Amino acid sequence: MRITCPICGERDMREFTYRGAALPTPPLEADVETWVDHVHLRENAAGVLRELWQHTMGCGAWLVVTRNTITHEILDVVLAEEAGIGIPVAEEQP
Amino acid sequence: MAELIAKSPCEGLLPFSTGSADLTELWPDHMTLIAPYKGKDIAAAAALKSAHGLDLPLPGQSSGDAEARVIWFSRGQSLLIGPKADASLEGAAAVTDLTDGWSVVELKGKGIADVLARLSPMDFRLSQFPTGKSARTELKHMMASITRTGDAAFQIMVFRSMAATLVHDLKTAMEAVAARG
Ligand SMILES: [Zn+2]
Repeated sequence: MRITCPICGERDMREFTYRGAALPTPPLEADVETWVDHVHLRENAAGVLRELWQHTMGCGAWLVVTRNTITHEILDVVLAEEAGIGIPVAEEQP
Repeated sequence: MAELIAKSPCEGLLPFSTGSADLTELWPDHMTLIAPYKGKDIAAAAALKSAHGLDLPLPGQSSGDAEARVIWFSRGQSLLIGPKADASLEGAAAVTDLTDGWSVVELKGKGIADVLARLSPMDFRLSQFPTGKSARTELKHMMASITRTGDAAFQIMVFRSMAATLVHDLKTAMEAVAARG
């Protein structure tokens, strides 16, 4: 399997570390059930999944990789910081 | 007060030669990480240019020569190798002294791309990895920085604590390539 890092280009899988499912982070004030679901519950579907991978042996960037777990096809790779899954930051008051 | 004698990371381990390829240690006077602050890439590049005459490298690139070189060192970071980093960089970038943190060796001669092919998943064929190109990649499970510094020369860096392993693995691969003739 090869992943195309948006910064480094196409690289061997050995350079990357799997970091879990790429799920949108709930708001910090969400209730405990929402957080339990976020941390522990997964669909585990066979097919297209969004996953977090880090280019640990390369540039260090965290990536959201869209991958088909049946065919191992890599469908999309973007920087995690551009994928909109982080903790929503409250707009600063002017 | 005892007189302390500095030892290089590969002290007593190098040089090594197979006859066709040579492995030597480089021991730069200074190595400094330059990490431009958010939105300060242009200011950091200008400071580096005016202080050291070097271009801040794009990802996967390097500039300069054996006296003063700057290599792309991972996301948002470059490494200045050779001169002491000028204080003027500090307004635009986080500047960190890494001189004692990394071991640096140079692999020169024939078959050096074949040597690296035994240790890393990266394509180091000279046609695919032109002079000046630099990559962070894996070298026998170590995080490495590898830069092509000449027609038949690569600079290879790993953490200083892994210097002996680096030399061992490179020697083994060099001997294996040389044995194939
Ligand atoms: Zn990368």
